Amino acid sequence: MSEPVLKMRRVGKTHGKGAQRVDALVDIDLDVAAGEFVAITGRSGSGKTTLLNIAGALDEPTTGNVWVEGRDLGDMSNHDLARIRRVSVGYVFQQFNLLPALTAAENVALPLELDGMPVPEARGYADISLEEVGLGGMGDRYPDQLSGGEQQRVAIARGLVGPRSLLLADEPTGALDEATGESILRLLRDRCELGASALMVTHEPAFAAWADRVVRLRDGQIEEISVRSMVPASTADIRR
Amino acid sequence: MGVKEGLLALLSDGPRHGYQLKLDLETATGESISINVGQIYSTLQRLERDGLIEDGGKDSDGRDIYQITPSGRASLAEWALEAVDLAAAGRDEISLKVLIALSTGGLDPRVVIEHQRRFTMGLLQDLTQLRHREVDTDLAWQLHLDRLMYSAEAELKWLDRVEERLETAQIPERVTDVETPVEEGV
Repeated sequence: MSEPVLKMRRVGKTHGKGAQRVDALVDIDLDVAAGEFVAITGRSGSGKTTLLNIAGALDEPTTGNVWVEGRDLGDMSNHDLARIRRVSVGYVFQQFNLLPALTAAENVALPLELDGMPVPEARGYADISLEEVGLGGMGDRYPDQLSGGEQQRVAIARGLVGPRSLLLADEPTGALDEATGESILRLLRDRCELGASALMVTHEPAFAAWADRVVRLRDGQIEEISVRSMVPASTADIRR
Repeated sequence: MGVKEGLLALLSDGPRHGYQLKLDLETATGESISINVGQIYSTLQRLERDGLIEDGGKDSDGRDIYQITPSGRASLAEWALEAVDLAAAGRDEISLKVLIALSTGGLDPRVVIEHQRRFTMGLLQDLTQLRHREVDTDLAWQLHLDRLMYSAEAELKWLDRVEERLETAQIPERVTDVETPVEEGV
């Protein structure tokens, strides 16, 4: 089997010192293969977001190693880490942080342009990404001309724009209604079927069920809950 | 349960013969249930005995045709409008298992929860995949699938809640007498 897109070994994260010391993550081993969609569930405060941040090179583990696309993040220069964040990893987080002076399409194209992609090509990817989140044709609008849900979808389009190998999502359906939330999960699923990997944090069982593999964080440790590496052959398996 | 009312509902749309009723009932329920033809005929006999349906003659192939009576229509209307009482629906096996485990020294409710969660999460994944893939299937099946998915989701949330409550109540973990079965291959 080929190298996993994300590999974590004995990853630990400790906050504070002495009596205030909290072990947020303890000896986490986790692989996410190409094409695999993994969901992490667990209560708030169980370390889910910390784990996601470490996987995406936004936070450093106290112990252990993380490899993205086979490269150890601990051995990489800040410049290389920045490039991984801009190019390889897609982030879908709860906060929007859209730049108000830029249009939706400009916001979405920004990470690609920052990486040196020619503007027309970056805009092409931005249009595709906006289309994917159901905002096709709205690229010229500014954030203040969009509803809260639409702004969140622009942020999702920005997180997923271009060819990315690892998609990280933290409660991506937060402020969205059920149907729109489902379309975002469908999008993550489709991207995985095209070869990307996704790691999603959610406390909703119905969202976790979109993943191939569901794991649970409890007291900073991982429990495997359910693996579905294949789709049931047909409805006949469920129908009786 | 439900077959009787299903037959009455179909017959309220017009007379038909027994085998047709079987096929129509399966279609109407999104093929979520399968009924053997013997059960259809025994139910029809009971309905006829109770005066809810009556002999409607024979079709061109000589098959017995059934038709609904006025009291059959009344019975159908009564059933359709009577709300289903969740609290009176009878035993809930998962709930029972957890409660019994809680009150039994040799069982740890957490172990029961863990096994149930694995199973139901797997089911919910399968159902989600089915719905993702089969967007054009018939409406009856989609509605049934939605119902199963909401039930699975509610169950998973309940299991999480139980676990939280056990923690708050500081119920200590127990060594279970029940041997953990070997995990099935995935």
